[in-house]
Amino acid sequence: MDLSFDALSLTLRGRPILKGISGHLKQGQVTAILGANGAGKSSLLACLSGVRSADAGLVRLDDQDLSSLASIERARAIGLLPQQADIHWDVNVRSLVALGRLPHQGSWGGHPDDAAAIEEAMAQTDCLSLADRKALRLSGGEQARVLLARVLAGRPEWILADEPLANLDPAYQIDVMNCFKAAAANGAGVALVLHDLTQAARIADHVIIMKAGSIIASGAAADILKADHLAEAFGVKVHIGADDQGAPIIAAVGRFR
Amino acid sequence: MRLNLGLAFALVIVVLASLMAGRSWIPFDHWFAGDLKSLIIMELRLPRAILGAIVGASLGMAGAAMQGYLRNPLADPGLFGVSSSAALGAVISLYFGFAVSAWLLPLFALAGAGLGMATLALLAGRSGSLILFTLAGVILSSLTGALTSLLISLAPTPFATSEIITWLMGALMDRSWDDVMLAAPLSAVGMLILLQCGRALDALTLGDTAARSLGIDMLRLQWMLVLAIGLCVGSSVAVAGIIGFVGLVVPHLVRPLVGAKPSALLIPSALAGALLVVLADCLVRILPSVSEVRLGIAMSVLGAPFFMMLLFKMRREVA
Repeated sequence: MDLSFDALSLTLRGRPILKGISGHLKQGQVTAILGANGAGKSSLLACLSGVRSADAGLVRLDDQDLSSLASIERARAIGLLPQQADIHWDVNVRSLVALGRLPHQGSWGGHPDDAAAIEEAMAQTDCLSLADRKALRLSGGEQARVLLARVLAGRPEWILADEPLANLDPAYQIDVMNCFKAAAANGAGVALVLHDLTQAARIADHVIIMKAGSIIASGAAADILKADHLAEAFGVKVHIGADDQGAPIIAAVGRFR
Repeated sequence: MRLNLGLAFALVIVVLASLMAGRSWIPFDHWFAGDLKSLIIMELRLPRAILGAIVGASLGMAGAAMQGYLRNPLADPGLFGVSSSAALGAVISLYFGFAVSAWLLPLFALAGAGLGMATLALLAGRSGSLILFTLAGVILSSLTGALTSLLISLAPTPFATSEIITWLMGALMDRSWDDVMLAAPLSAVGMLILLQCGRALDALTLGDTAARSLGIDMLRLQWMLVLAIGLCVGSSVAVAGIIGFVGLVVPHLVRPLVGAKPSALLIPSALAGALLVVLADCLVRILPSVSEVRLGIAMSVLGAPFFMMLLFKMRREVA
């Protein structure tokens, strides 16, 4: 099930956020959405996940108009990890992760796969040891992993995550990235809003670069993550290199004035 | 589950015990004797105890649902303005002296609750926004509160004034099976709808956006809650006047026992609310005073110190 968007426009409080953009995201791939603050990345992700409806344009899951799907079906297909780590009640970690199963459950009763899916999601994010802790007493990084486990527990075909690496230490950044890679390798579609260019270069198959509500470049990561695109998007000089394994390293080293 | 059974058991015991308590103590062997005392049990105390349980359960569950929906432990079922519009309806019937018929006052109260909900719908619109909705509730409750005060100040006779004020304080005295028949089905439907909302309330633990992404229709949830809370609170105001604190305090009492998950709080809050109101109603009956202390007042007098204790405990945990 590919996720595509066509002529998507969104205006919020009189300000154009998305300016008629189109694109195509393939399942089984990791797509990184990059761009400066306020470029419209999070709004694009919100439209793709169906939690926000665009003023004009369509989001399609395969051939189906996303807005024509029942919200519960949409929720089964697309899992969204919002940017803000909202946890309002001090519930224990396992029941927080279990919320990811809601789209499969209806108003009463459970689903036979619930326990296995929850366990698997917690194992993937290294949360099993936190299972009985209270969610509000976790560190920021632990909360981020638990919230990711919540999304994975729903076993969605698409995982959309808004800055999933914020709050994570370098070790967990790598773990979480591997988690997304594994999900894509297992056939899920993954779209991530990222700020870390190196991580984006290492994980993404496909990259979309946004600027002021438009897409300025889109395509295979190796073709798109070039100095000129990044200069246009962020106004920075970048140094693009590689580590001794040949994996890319992209560092912003200066700013164009 | 064990907690629910325990609470239900305690509730049955307390309801039965409450039948004995009052100005005249009636031991069990008189209950079915067919004399005047058994009449007190069957026609006064039993409906009163059951009504107390219904009111307490409605308010307790409505409180738990409100706190879950607003994700705020200080929310109270009165916040939507439904209870004050129900009260306004009742006060109108008292103002015009309609209260001569036992049915009119509760019906006016229910009509008030219904109108209140409709106004809320007009004010909040179709956005599903929590802030707009809460503001609409606050506006509604202050408007209806002001209209109630206006009626009190314009009341035709001092007697009407005192009748209104006394009624507003909330009580369960002199209630009959008619009141039970009125409140029970409405509250039951309201509580069933609240239970149906449980999972959606759980999803809100993760915030608006995540809840939507989990397939929760926020607008639908909002109106299901308004309807359910209107039924629960409207019916309890109709038969007992305004009884505060139950909806606010009970979920806090239950939370340490069952955890903070909103859906898990609903049934225990209903049971604990029923327990609390029936207990408090026993207390006001056996307190030695010239006229019975109003239940609404007793509830607040009991509730406030309790809440202070909770607050101190929370403060220690925060520090």
